[in-house]
Amino acid sequence: MRLFHNIGTYFIMIGKVFKRFTKWGVMRSLIVKEIDSLIIGSIGIVSFISFFVGGVVAIQTALNLNNPLLPKNLIGFATRQSVILEFAPTFISVIMAGKVGSFITSSLGTMRVTEQIDALKVMGINTYNYLIFPKIIALLLYPFVITISMFLGIFGGYIASIYGGFCSSADFIDGIQLDFIPFHISYAFVKTAFFAFILATVPSYHGYFLKGGALEVGKASTTSFVWTSVLIILTNYIITQLLLT
Amino acid sequence: MILVENLHKTFDGTPVLNNISTSFDNGKTNLIIGQSGSGKTVLLKCILGLFGIDSGNIFFDDKSFQKMSVNERSILRREIGMVFQGSALFDSMTVEQNIMFPMQMLTKKSVEEMQDRANEVIDRVNLVNANKKLPSEISGGMQKRVAIARAIVMNPKYLFCDEPNSGLDPKTSTIIDNLIQEITKEYQITTIINTHDMNSVMEIGEKVLFLENGNKGWEGSNTEVFDTENETVSNFIYSSNLFKKVRGVYQQENKR
Repeated sequence: MRLFHNIGTYFIMIGKVFKRFTKWGVMRSLIVKEIDSLIIGSIGIVSFISFFVGGVVAIQTALNLNNPLLPKNLIGFATRQSVILEFAPTFISVIMAGKVGSFITSSLGTMRVTEQIDALKVMGINTYNYLIFPKIIALLLYPFVITISMFLGIFGGYIASIYGGFCSSADFIDGIQLDFIPFHISYAFVKTAFFAFILATVPSYHGYFLKGGALEVGKASTTSFVWTSVLIILTNYIITQLLLT
Repeated sequence: MILVENLHKTFDGTPVLNNISTSFDNGKTNLIIGQSGSGKTVLLKCILGLFGIDSGNIFFDDKSFQKMSVNERSILRREIGMVFQGSALFDSMTVEQNIMFPMQMLTKKSVEEMQDRANEVIDRVNLVNANKKLPSEISGGMQKRVAIARAIVMNPKYLFCDEPNSGLDPKTSTIIDNLIQEITKEYQITTIINTHDMNSVMEIGEKVLFLENGNKGWEGSNTEVFDTENETVSNFIYSSNLFKKVRGVYQQENKR
């Protein structure tokens, strides 16, 4: 019953986010602030992880290509497919659930605990729109982060392959062009758009409706990470079934 | 004037407020007192509409809050100022930005007009050299002043204060109490204060409502409250040794 109550409250919250809009002048500065903290602030860690995981994917593929009949360009091919189809959109999103999701939950949770949300309500402000809408809009730029992740993942694979002596530059580049299906990029960005919405709203829900004190802020951040990750993985499965099968 | 009629409130089936009926007058400092957990904050938040009520009615100048549309409530809330227990200042904004915030959100004033008005209320609450400071950089007493300044910046008709003295030393408490009372008289607003500070009751409580386990235990003025024969109220008021001694002195003076 509690699960249904939470799901219902979540959708009511989403409905309220798009009502009684905050003044554009104020909203504009809120959106810019959220872009800075949620998007720009995540590029560093996403770049670092993508580059090295891309490199690891290439090395693992190379080490498993024992059969001399298998062409070396498979290293580039496998790296591209892994990074574009799963690593960049899905696993970076799970990592972002930890980074961005915890940040959103703890900041809204702290506002709840310190009665700042009540203060906004008393002023007659639609707190859902004021607090959550800018996050949704900021995360519309999330595909930009994933694009960087895709590029750096493949680039990391390239560097690891060449400097590790697993294949030549020509082999790797040949591999990343092999059997390229443009729809896979569309599929990745469709997933990314859904994940962005989940990343903005699920942690917001956990922070906004937090009850208790400072200890609960920590607990809510953990719960928020768990549920955001679960929803990302489930959505990933459903979208993959719908678009790729 | 705010009128509360037969207010009932429960949390998960547990009654928190039972059949509360009272009124809070214009231009007066109305105090709600009672032990921790007696329902003071819940009553305040019910009146403010932060908590929904199970039954009863709340009237703001004869207009039922329950029958108001979302827009009407929004308009009413522009006439309400609230000082929260922990001040509830926005951490990322400076003192000046905190005070200008309601105007920025709810009016079409220019930045200069907003700054002028903010400076006016900053002077009114005697805040010195704090405009550009963050809430974390000022003392608890100053934070309370900022909260009061933010609450009155829109010229509210109703001012609510939830334990404005909590965490403050006796001297700063008295200053904050006097400031609230002066503002109440100056702007002729309806002020409701939640407190368990007996000094506040003595100093500024023109009307006192005593809550006991979610029920209305007693109602009267601050002169009556110290002479009341209601045992529960009396036990609550004279629970500290200091006030017991004060009562002794007071009774001796009366005998003479």
